[in-house]
Amino acid sequence: MKTPYLIKYSLAALGTALALTAPAVQSQTIKVVMHSDLKVFDPTVSTAYIVRNHGYMVFDQLVARDEKGVVKPQMADKWETSKDGLVWTFTLRDGQEWHDGTPVTAEDCIASIKRFNQRDATGLRAAPFIKTYEVVNAKTFRIVLNEPYGLLLDSLSKPSLAPLFMMPKKVAETPAAEPIKPEQVIGSGPFVFKRDEWRPGEKVVYVKNTKYKPRAEPPSGLAGGKVAYVDRVEWIAIPDGQTALAALTNGEIDMVEILANDLVPLAAKNKSLVVEPAWKQTYFLRPNWVNPPFDNPKIRQAAMIALNQEQILKGMVGDARNYKVCYSTYACNSPFYTDAGMGAMVRGDAKRAAALLKEAGYDGTPILLPHTTDLPVLNNLGPLAKQQLERAGFKVELAPSDWQSLTMRLRKKEKPSEGGWSAYMSSLDLNDAQNPIDRGSFNTNCKTSFLGWPCDDKMEQMRDAFARTSDPAAKKGLAREMQERNAEIVTVIPLGEYAAVSARSIKLEPTFKQPLTLFYGVKKK
Amino acid sequence: MIAPENDVQAQTLAMQAPIAARPSLWNKALRNRRVMAGTAILALMLLVAVLAPWLGTVDPALIDVSARNLKPGELLSITLDDGSAVDHTAYFGTDNLGRDVFSRVLYGTRVSLVIGAAVAMISLTIGLVIGLLAGFFRHLDGPVMRVMDALMAIPGILLAITLVAIWKGGMLTVILAIVVPDIPRVVRLVRSVVLSVREEPYVEAAESLGAPTVWLLIRHVLPNTVAPLIVQGTFLCAAAMLSEAALSFLGIGIPPEIPSWGNIIAEGRALFRVHPHNIFYPSIFLALTVLAVNVLGDGLRDALDPKMHKNL
Amino acid sequence: MLSFIIRRMLALMPVLLLVAAFAFLVLRMVPGDPAAIIAGETATTEQVAEIRQRLGLDQTLARQFVIWISHVVRGDFGESYFFKLPVMDLVLQRIEPTLALGACALMISVVAAVPLGVLAAFRQGSRIDDMVMGLSVLGFSVPGFVLGYALMYVFAIQLEWLPVQGYTRIADGLGPFLARIILPASALAVVYIALIARITRTSVLEVLNEDYIRTARAKGLTEAEVLVRHALRNAAVPILTIIGIGIGLLIGGAVVTESVFAIPGLGRLTVEAVLSRDFPVIQALIVLFSVAYVMVNLLVDIGYAFLDPRIRY
Repeated sequence: MKTPYLIKYSLAALGTALALTAPAVQSQTIKVVMHSDLKVFDPTVSTAYIVRNHGYMVFDQLVARDEKGVVKPQMADKWETSKDGLVWTFTLRDGQEWHDGTPVTAEDCIASIKRFNQRDATGLRAAPFIKTYEVVNAKTFRIVLNEPYGLLLDSLSKPSLAPLFMMPKKVAETPAAEPIKPEQVIGSGPFVFKRDEWRPGEKVVYVKNTKYKPRAEPPSGLAGGKVAYVDRVEWIAIPDGQTALAALTNGEIDMVEILANDLVPLAAKNKSLVVEPAWKQTYFLRPNWVNPPFDNPKIRQAAMIALNQEQILKGMVGDARNYKVCYSTYACNSPFYTDAGMGAMVRGDAKRAAALLKEAGYDGTPILLPHTTDLPVLNNLGPLAKQQLERAGFKVELAPSDWQSLTMRLRKKEKPSEGGWSAYMSSLDLNDAQNPIDRGSFNTNCKTSFLGWPCDDKMEQMRDAFARTSDPAAKKGLAREMQERNAEIVTVIPLGEYAAVSARSIKLEPTFKQPLTLFYGVKKK
Repeated sequence: MIAPENDVQAQTLAMQAPIAARPSLWNKALRNRRVMAGTAILALMLLVAVLAPWLGTVDPALIDVSARNLKPGELLSITLDDGSAVDHTAYFGTDNLGRDVFSRVLYGTRVSLVIGAAVAMISLTIGLVIGLLAGFFRHLDGPVMRVMDALMAIPGILLAITLVAIWKGGMLTVILAIVVPDIPRVVRLVRSVVLSVREEPYVEAAESLGAPTVWLLIRHVLPNTVAPLIVQGTFLCAAAMLSEAALSFLGIGIPPEIPSWGNIIAEGRALFRVHPHNIFYPSIFLALTVLAVNVLGDGLRDALDPKMHKNL
Repeated sequence: MLSFIIRRMLALMPVLLLVAAFAFLVLRMVPGDPAAIIAGETATTEQVAEIRQRLGLDQTLARQFVIWISHVVRGDFGESYFFKLPVMDLVLQRIEPTLALGACALMISVVAAVPLGVLAAFRQGSRIDDMVMGLSVLGFSVPGFVLGYALMYVFAIQLEWLPVQGYTRIADGLGPFLARIILPASALAVVYIALIARITRTSVLEVLNEDYIRTARAKGLTEAEVLVRHALRNAAVPILTIIGIGIGLLIGGAVVTESVFAIPGLGRLTVEAVLSRDFPVIQALIVLFSVAYVMVNLLVDIGYAFLDPRIRY
C-alpha cells in the first residue's frame, strides 16, 4: 500500500519545513564568509588571522587597547603598581564564568599568561623580566618583576598575532608547542563555540553567551563593553569569491569579509550592500639572510631600492581609494611613524639599484621567490615583484605553491635549489606594524630571530633599550633609529598599505569602529 | 578523463583489425568531411601557435599596472625599457595585471597544443609497448592487466592531482600526471588487437614455423594497431587539453608565468562577472580546438571502421 | 548466478589490493620524512621520533602496509593532518552532497540522453541526427567549469530562479535541496548526456540494422513495439557499460563542479586535501573512490548477466 506512506512522508516533510521556518523571527543569525577557513583553534600557537578572529569570538582579554592604543581594563577590574614598578597587582571583575560554568579565577589568568610567555614573540621578550607570579585570592594575582619593564601592559594587551587571551587553567596547561583541541575551546568571551555544529571546511558556528557580562562603558577599539546583539554567528566557507558575492547579493549570507578588489565595482552598484575598506594591512618582502645573494647587505639594499611600492599597490589593489603609499616600516597611523632613512627606498629606482648591484658584485645568482597561488590577496605579488627586480638586473625565479606548503618551505634554511628560498612576500595586519617590538621583523637576535634569520647586534641593542624605557620621546627616537638601521641592513621591505574591502548587507549595523572583524557590537535589522 | 565511449568504439574497431586498414580506406578517411574540418581548424591553431610573435602580440608576461582590466579593443601604451612608448590595441582586453589577453591566448596556443600532442604521443608510446608485451607474453598478461585495472579504478582526475601533489609543479609534471591515467586505456586497446591478431590462422602458422616474436609483432600486429591508435590518440589529445584546463582551474596546473588557456581561465575566474573577456576568449579557443580534435577523431574512426563503411 | 557474482568479486581483490598499495605508497613517495610531515613544522626532534615510533614508521615497508591495511578495512584511515579529526569522520560528513550530486546528474543524463540517442538513431542521417551528434561533440568539448559558471550566471544571477551556491541537506528540506542541486547536477550531466546519447544512438543503430528487426517490421510490428521490445533491450548493454565507466567521469566532474558551486562534498575535500598536502585524506579518497568505481562496475557486470543471457564469463 504505497499511497498512505507517501502522504505520511509528505506531510512530515511539510511539517518539518514549516517548523524550521517558524523560529526565524526570534533568533538572529549573521552568516559571513571569512577570508579563510578555520582549521586550528589556538590563537596562541597559530599566527593565522582567522584564528585570531576566532579568539576574539570566544575568549576575552585581561586588559585591552582602546581605539587610541591606550591600555584599559577588560577582564581585569583594575590594576596597581608598586612604587618601584616591580609589583603589579591585578584584580578581576566579579561574576565572570567560563563557558562550562566554572568561575574565572586568578590561577586561570596566571596559567594563560605563562603559556603566552613561552610561545609568543612579545611574551618571550617579557618572560626574562618576570620573577614570579603570586595568587593573592581567587580574584587577585600579582606579577613580580626582576627589573622595571616598560612594556608589560603592552605585552598583556597584545591585540594581534598572537593576542593574549585568558583560558581556563586546565586548557592553558596544554604545552605551548601543541595547539589546543576543538573540545578545549572554553573561553569567557561573548560567544560560545558550538562544537557539535562545526563542519570542517563548511561552517563554524558560534552562539551568544547569555552569561557574558559586558563592561559598562561603550566599546572602543578592543576595549570596553562587548555586547552580542545577535544570537548566532555562522562562518560559512565559500572559496570562490564570485560565488560568495552572488550569495551575498541574493541574501543567502550577510557579509563577505574580504572581497576581491576587482569585484568591488560590481558590489558597489548594489544598493542593498555596504561596501567599504575594512581591514588595513601592509604588504612586505622579507629577504633570507642565510642564502646568497641576500646574504650581502648591499644586494638587499638594491632590492629595497628597486621595488616600487606605488606600482605594487596599483597592481594589487587598483583603486587608489583603497591603498596608501607609506614609506615607513611602521604603519602610517602609528605614533612611531617616520620616513627617516627611506628617502631612496621602494620607489622603483631601477638605475640606482642596478648601480648598487654592480658595486656589490652581484654575480647573477637567481633569487627564488615562493609565490602564493591560492590566496587572491597575495597571488599577484610574485609577478609584480619579479618584473621590478628584473628591471634592476636581478635574476628572479618564481616558485608557485599553495600558502600552506609555502609556510613549510619557509622554515628551511637550505639553499633554494634544495627546497629553500631567497625571499618571501606576504601581508601584515596594520595592528601588527605599530612599533618595533610588535613588528617581529626587527627581531635580529642572532639566536632567536625567525624566518629570514637576520642577525644584527646594533638593532637588538636598540630594541632592548626601547623595551626598557618608558620615556615617549626616547622611544620615538629609538624607533626612528631602528628604521634607519633597517634601511642599511634590510630585515624587511615595506611594500605599501591597503585596505581589504569588505561587503555586507545593509541589515548589518556595527555600533562602533572596529579595529578588526568582530561580531559583538553588531546589530542586525 | 578520456571520453570512454570512444574506448568502446576504438575497441570495436580493433576487433575488426584483421581487415587491416587498406590504402583505399585511408584515402576515404582523408576525404571525409569531418576529418577535413577538424584538420583545417587544427592547422589554423598550429599556424597561430607558430606565428604568435608576428600576429600583433606583445610580451605575454609584460605587466602594466596602469592598464589593468581594459576592455577588448581598448588601447594600451607600452613603455619599453629604453623609455620609448608603443601603442598597442588590446583586442581581447587586459587582465588584472595589465597583461594583454590576446597575446596570452595566442602564446597559450603553443602550450595547449604541446600538452595535447605530448600527452597523446607519450601515452600511445608507453601504452603500445606495454600492450604488446602483455598481449604476446602470456605470463606477463595477468599481472600487467591487474595493474592496469587498478590504475583505471582510480578516477583520472584524482590520480592526476595526487601525482601533482607528490611531484613538484611544472609543465612536465602536468603532462606526466595526465599521461599516467591514460596509459591503461591504450594498453587495453593494443592488447585486444594483439590477442585478436594472434588468433588468425596465418599468424599461428607463422609461429609454428618458428618465426621470431619480434618479427611477428612488427609484420602483423603493428599495422593493425595504427588505425585504432590514431583514433584513440585524437581523443587523448582532446581530453588532455581539457584536463590541463581543469588542473589549472583547481590551482595545480601550469604555473601562471607560462600562459596556457587553462591558466588564463583560472586566473580570470575570480573576475568572471565583471571582466568576462578573461574567460571568454581562451574558452572559445579551447572549446574550438578540442572540438576540432574530437571531430577529426570522429571522422577518422568512421572512415577507418570497415563496419560503418557499409552504412555510409 | 551466485557463483558468477562470487567469481567476479574474487577477481576484484587483486585490483583493490593494488589500489591500496598505491594509496599507501603515496605518502612515502613524497620527498621528506613522513613523520616530520605529520609532526608539523614546530615539532622538536623528540616529538618527531615519538610520532615515528607511535605510527610504526620505523618498521619495514611491508609490515607498515599490513598494519595500514588492517586499519583500512575497519574504516580507520588515521587522522587528517590539518583538521586533526579522524579522516573517516570528515569523509562521512561530506559524502551526502557528492552522492546526491552524482545521483541527480546520472538521473538527468539518462532521462535526457537515452531519448535523444534513440531519436537520432531512428532518424539517422536527418537534420535531427546531425544536431544531436553535433551538440554531443560540443558537450565533450566545453570545460566543465565554464559550463558551471555559465549556468550559474544565466539561472541564478540573471534570472534569479535558483540560489547561487551551496548545498542543503535533504533532511533540511526537499524543496531547498532540489533548488540548490539542480544547477550543479545539470552542469555535471552535460558531458554524461553527450556520452550516453552517442552510445545509445550507436547501439540502437547497430540493432536496427540487424536482420531480426527487418523481420519484426515485416511481421507488422509498429515502430514503438520494435523500439521497446527489441532495440532498447539489446542496446542496454553498451549503455550500461558507459554508466559504469562514466562513474570515473562523474567523480572527476564533481571535483570541479563542487568548486564552482561551493558544495561541501568529497570533490571539494579532494581539492583541499591536495592543496594542503593532507595525505591521510588523499589516501582515503583514493581507496574509497576506487572501491566505489569497482563496485559500480561489478553491478554493471551483474546487470549484463541479467540482460544478456549469452554473457556468462
